[in-house]
Amino acid sequence: MTTTPSLVPYEEALARYEPVLGVETHIELGTASKMFCGCATTFGAPPNTQVCPVCLGLPGSLPVTNRAAIEGIIKIGLALNCRIVEWCRFARKNYFYPDMPKNYQISQYDEPLCVDGYLEVEVDGETYRVEIERVHMEEDTGKSLHVGGATGRIHGADHSLVDYNRAGIPLVEIVTKPITATGDRAPLVARAYATELRELVRALGVSDVRMEEGSMRCDINVSLMPRGAAEWGTRTETKNVNSLRSVERAVRHEIERQAGVLDAGGRIVQETRHFHEDTGTTTSGRSKEEAQDYRYFPEPDLVPMAPSREWVEELRATLPELPAARRRRVQAEWGLSDLELRDVVNAGALDLIEDTVKAGAAPGPARKWWMNELSRRATEQGVELSALPITPEQVARIQALIDEGSLNDKLARQVFEGVLAGEGGPDEVVAARGLKVVSDEGELAAIVDQVIADNAAAADKVRAGKVAAAGALVGAVMKATRGQADAARARELILERLGAS
Amino acid sequence: MSGELTRRSAAELAELIASGQVSAVDVAQAHLDRIAAVDGEVRAFLHVDAETTLAQARAVDERRAAGERLGPLAGVPIAHKDVFTTADMPTTAGSRILQGWRPPYDATITARLRAAGLVIIGKTNMDEFAMGSSTENSAYGPTRNPWDTSRIPGGSSGGSSAAVAAYEAPLATGTDTGGSIRQPAAVTGIVGVKPTYGGSSRYGLIAFASSLDTPGPFARNVLDAALLHEAFSGHDPMDSTSIDRPVPPVVEAARRGDVAGLRVGVVRELGGEGYQPGVLARFNDSVELLESLGAKVVEVSCPHFGYALPAYYLIAPSECSSNLARFDAMRYGLRVGDDGTRSAEEVMALTRAEGFGPEVKRRIMLGTYALSSGYYDAYYGKAQQVRTLITRDFDAAFEQVDVLVSPTTPTTAFPIGDRVDDPMAMYLADLATIPANLAGNAAISVPCGLSDDGLPVGLQIMAPTLADDRVYRVGAAVERALEDRWGGPLLAKAPELAEADR
Repeated sequence: MTTTPSLVPYEEALARYEPVLGVETHIELGTASKMFCGCATTFGAPPNTQVCPVCLGLPGSLPVTNRAAIEGIIKIGLALNCRIVEWCRFARKNYFYPDMPKNYQISQYDEPLCVDGYLEVEVDGETYRVEIERVHMEEDTGKSLHVGGATGRIHGADHSLVDYNRAGIPLVEIVTKPITATGDRAPLVARAYATELRELVRALGVSDVRMEEGSMRCDINVSLMPRGAAEWGTRTETKNVNSLRSVERAVRHEIERQAGVLDAGGRIVQETRHFHEDTGTTTSGRSKEEAQDYRYFPEPDLVPMAPSREWVEELRATLPELPAARRRRVQAEWGLSDLELRDVVNAGALDLIEDTVKAGAAPGPARKWWMNELSRRATEQGVELSALPITPEQVARIQALIDEGSLNDKLARQVFEGVLAGEGGPDEVVAARGLKVVSDEGELAAIVDQVIADNAAAADKVRAGKVAAAGALVGAVMKATRGQADAARARELILERLGAS
Repeated sequence: MSGELTRRSAAELAELIASGQVSAVDVAQAHLDRIAAVDGEVRAFLHVDAETTLAQARAVDERRAAGERLGPLAGVPIAHKDVFTTADMPTTAGSRILQGWRPPYDATITARLRAAGLVIIGKTNMDEFAMGSSTENSAYGPTRNPWDTSRIPGGSSGGSSAAVAAYEAPLATGTDTGGSIRQPAAVTGIVGVKPTYGGSSRYGLIAFASSLDTPGPFARNVLDAALLHEAFSGHDPMDSTSIDRPVPPVVEAARRGDVAGLRVGVVRELGGEGYQPGVLARFNDSVELLESLGAKVVEVSCPHFGYALPAYYLIAPSECSSNLARFDAMRYGLRVGDDGTRSAEEVMALTRAEGFGPEVKRRIMLGTYALSSGYYDAYYGKAQQVRTLITRDFDAAFEQVDVLVSPTTPTTAFPIGDRVDDPMAMYLADLATIPANLAGNAAISVPCGLSDDGLPVGLQIMAPTLADDRVYRVGAAVERALEDRWGGPLLAKAPELAEADR
């Protein structure tokens, strides 16, 4: 039993086993102050500068619930189609850890605030309904920094430092019911769920949901059962998976690993596991079998939460258009195919295109610029599309210049280049670089004549009926005008003069 | 003059200061002198700082000199239980684990005492984390009962009761979780009140059992207690369990002090077996007295009160096992074994092993067990159901009567050392006081005479939630009638303490 069973290739594993998934997601709410005290929540502040007697758990201090945080979780619950309970309590989860100031976490146990919802996600054109078991409220812990070890983990460290700035930041935990019947799309469904949840919460404006900053983290449960079996297998829980890609990889790896263990006649140990970004693999954490007893009991320092139905309905009325509805709307408005829509969503271009359309551009060109020219530049620079130093209004302005005939696509690309290079807005770049379509008919005609004279061979071909040869002549016109000619008009003039029109 | 000042009531002292007959500094100095003279014997205080005390008193005198109208207790010294955080004095909760800890903030009660111009003269001894009925569980040694210094002053707020009974301060704060104000008041012959839960703020009160802990006043008479009650009570937005309602008119009730036409219920279950005959005799006298004053006395039954003690010893330890988890040597207080070779876990374990006393450990273990998965329903869950039944007993009783009465304690002050090896015997000291903690309603203990052993007996008067004024009204009536009968307060019968040479 000392050898590690080898991984079973994914397709092979799926042929024999059926995965069951579960996802627990923690989302830090973007409230101005913490869950139970008035401390600020600014990310990246110097260690232990956003603390007070309450979030440090000093003797005698008491928590008071942040109303804005409760509003945030109720909005999430409503957006996830949950029922908001009429009465519930906080509970204490007791365990000792240096980054937990009180050595208990104020959380919720058997009385969550939001229950029985669902979120629909789409993978390859197929819709999966992920059932939501519960959404509850809790406080975050501080952050330990283990110094001196090779791995950054506690083992091998010389000493540890604790930053309590994060202690007491409101956290929402969203727990799915077991996700079944996903077939070979299990990793994609998990990823799609995390993606959709992130979009949803972002649309609600209650969190910045930045996985890289830890304001959204997923714990992934995976179990396998032999195809056709009635009973689910033992699950593992891979903790703190910190990117959408990692969610997918973690599920995939656990399927391959667990299949290997089961194939070798082993049994899956119910345990927590760590995911490693570099290798895409998971390793064993602590075993659940030796897990602690959290001794949950109702938090006596806080009165129960009893959100009135009027308040819940008020909050429901403030919900913005949710991502799924919005996608359906823009798909219809912009006339996109499913595939085109998916590309736009995956590129993170939906907001940008919509804002560009709002600024006056037609949907087609707006999408074209963001998905082609600008996506390419973002990829080159290794940044998110939205991080490019250009606004939807500027994109719309460039398109307007094209529409009025002042620019052609080629010139427009130079304007994009100038704006991105920080040379100013579109009009400033056009002026500074002298980018203007040559629209003076006489000037253009003279250039066309010159080009025909200089390229007799090509001109003859056109005269002989090979219209395609006109392309070379148009190119020469564009070259002569440094791209500033209206290519379509130049082509018309060429064909006219060579009697081919 | 200074000897005489320490015998005055808080109301009188405030009047003398407000009218300029004495200065707050004089009053503070008189009490500091008294502490210096008798506290070597009584040991009520864990911390006294003359300079800080006199500075507070000077500030009151300056405010008066500047023409400011002072509150009804301005300049009056107060002994403050060491369970409340004070930014200018150490706060230990009677535990070694917090030895020397200086909180960075004032408890709400502390802040309100300061705002009222009260002069905090020192921090008083207590059973560690308020767990006990004798102060013998203090890490800093027991306080002695001024009536007989071989006996306990009650607990957990025994330092406060002893300080007031020994004329070291006219007023003191306490906290009452299972009787920790009323029982010490009873056994030292003074007045102690447990307000309605949520009527006085817990912010900055080092928690023992969150759902039970209630700050309240000690004084040598009912009116003084009411003045202090009014000074520190009222809604506190820092305490989510604080009640957002006006403070009941306790001062007015204490001044009124009549019981004519009031319906008084004698709780059948609080008396009889287990109660000292001398205690029951004084209680029966008090009931007759109430009748003679025009009250209608009936007997009422609260059938579930017999389960109050066991329910309490599941709920309070459960909450304390969690509340005391924060004492882990990481951020403040004692740290043991941090020699660079041990893990944080080991340091936590060593610190808690050395920092907590045996009673605290016993209760942490009891509570940890009661909350464990598989036992929760049978213990903690069941105890909460009992709590509901006790609350219903009170509700039913208060449909028939306006107040309930009982002896405050089954016995008078017992000798130091008598019960330290017998936790069950110790727990019985709170037999009659615990029901009001479980239900959260108001209760008072007023002196009602001496038992056969010459030691004071307390009468407990209980009123419904938020009817705190009623306990003051009845308490003041009893006090007035008894003082007329005795020709002065009960405390005047206490033997004089020998004053040490200074």
